[in-house]
Amino acid sequence: MRRVVITGAGTINALGANVPATMDSMREGRCAIGPLDLPDLDRLSIRIGAQVRDYDPASKFGRQQLALYDRYTQFAMIAAAEAMAQSDPALSDAEAERAGVVLGTSGGGLKTQDENYRAVFEAKKNRVHPFTVPKLMNSAAASHLSMKWGLRGPSFTVSTACASSNHAIAQAVQIIRAGLADVMLTGGSDAMLCFGGVKAWEGLRVMSSDTCRPFCATRSGMVQGEGAGIFVLETLDRARARGADILAEVAGSAMTSDAADIVVPAQDGAERAMAGALRNAGAGLGEIGYINAHGTATTANDRTESAAIRKVFGSHADDLPVSSTKSMHGHCIGATGSIELLACIMALRDGLIAPTVNWRERDPDCPIDLVTNITRERRVTSCLSNAFAFGGQNAVLALRAV
Amino acid sequence: MSDIRARVHEILAEQAMVDVADISDDQVPADLGIDSMGVVEAIFALEEAFDIEIPFNANEPQASDLDLSRVGSIVAAVERLVASQHS
Repeated sequence: MRRVVITGAGTINALGANVPATMDSMREGRCAIGPLDLPDLDRLSIRIGAQVRDYDPASKFGRQQLALYDRYTQFAMIAAAEAMAQSDPALSDAEAERAGVVLGTSGGGLKTQDENYRAVFEAKKNRVHPFTVPKLMNSAAASHLSMKWGLRGPSFTVSTACASSNHAIAQAVQIIRAGLADVMLTGGSDAMLCFGGVKAWEGLRVMSSDTCRPFCATRSGMVQGEGAGIFVLETLDRARARGADILAEVAGSAMTSDAADIVVPAQDGAERAMAGALRNAGAGLGEIGYINAHGTATTANDRTESAAIRKVFGSHADDLPVSSTKSMHGHCIGATGSIELLACIMALRDGLIAPTVNWRERDPDCPIDLVTNITRERRVTSCLSNAFAFGGQNAVLALRAV
Repeated sequence: MSDIRARVHEILAEQAMVDVADISDDQVPADLGIDSMGVVEAIFALEEAFDIEIPFNANEPQASDLDLSRVGSIVAAVERLVASQHS
């Protein structure tokens, strides 16, 4: 079987405008959650989030690009530029036909929808910008990535709510394994921190109004973030042949469905996804040295995920560090798994496990080896990254140091 | 029966998909088949019906001083919120 490795990584999120800044923040355990800066904030009851700050799109993109790039597309382009610069895959014309994009997103061009609904319903305008549709479509960012870097193989968007990134990355790995492409750009991007996006989440009554404290007895719910994480995947053989710096191997993945409830997670689906990823990677329980948890800080997720980890890992879970970096960068929805993958790469490369910050008190219903508040040093050779979406669509990635 | 009590009973009956005549103050929402998401939906319906804000976070249902344990306590909570928010 063709082995698949990561040779480039890029991001923009509330913790940092690139990978080094994000990893610095993760190492320092910095929480990027703060007051939201949005129009009509007084009409929202949830007023915190992990927003990308000091961001000036006009300094990154030209007029024509801004007319076509929703905020989520902008984030994807910025993250991809960093990943492509690092990987420098040097694709020939023939190779570009065997290179593609699988991007995860949940909201797609939600901000564009929000602004245009505002224009027609609130401001009573009878005209919208001609590029409203190409700007808002959920496949726009994947298309722009393929256009910018001339990737002419398979490209599409995967949308599975909060698991979109992991499903996208798992799919990109499968495409390379199956021989349909040799190089893939993949990850996730979402920018749902607009008035309508926050208002919709607010309605579900699962959002915290103070901060995000995953697996903590005093948790009060989730906090939304935004951003993108993009990776260059290629075959191990190709990466070695050209002497690329290999960040990690995506050794395995598994996707499962709870087939149970549209919002409430089921333990069985999470267990099967973790166990499946281990099998797919050919990894034993004892090899896994870190789990980047889904860890949303909702009661439903944290208890179910803890129980699933216990069930799958048994006594190994006593000494298996788990953390939820959502406590720092917020829940970036369709991008969250891709940003969390950076914590996995940091664990594998630097032996540093990013903490679950804001944590105060042990929850007896979360019997896991939680890395709380301070980064833990530990040699990690393999790790898992969990994503369990609304609707019971689960995707777990298994990474290995190369 | 007060107007507020009657309206709360109607809303909970609609949520539980039972006849309003089968709703009484001593009942527990879960026993009516109203699960945690059903509670969130019913709270939304109550807010809309009475034009009130009901402070409720599904992750910490005990955190607010709102007693949603029985139909009667929900009626009392709505009466209190209507009085305080419409004064």
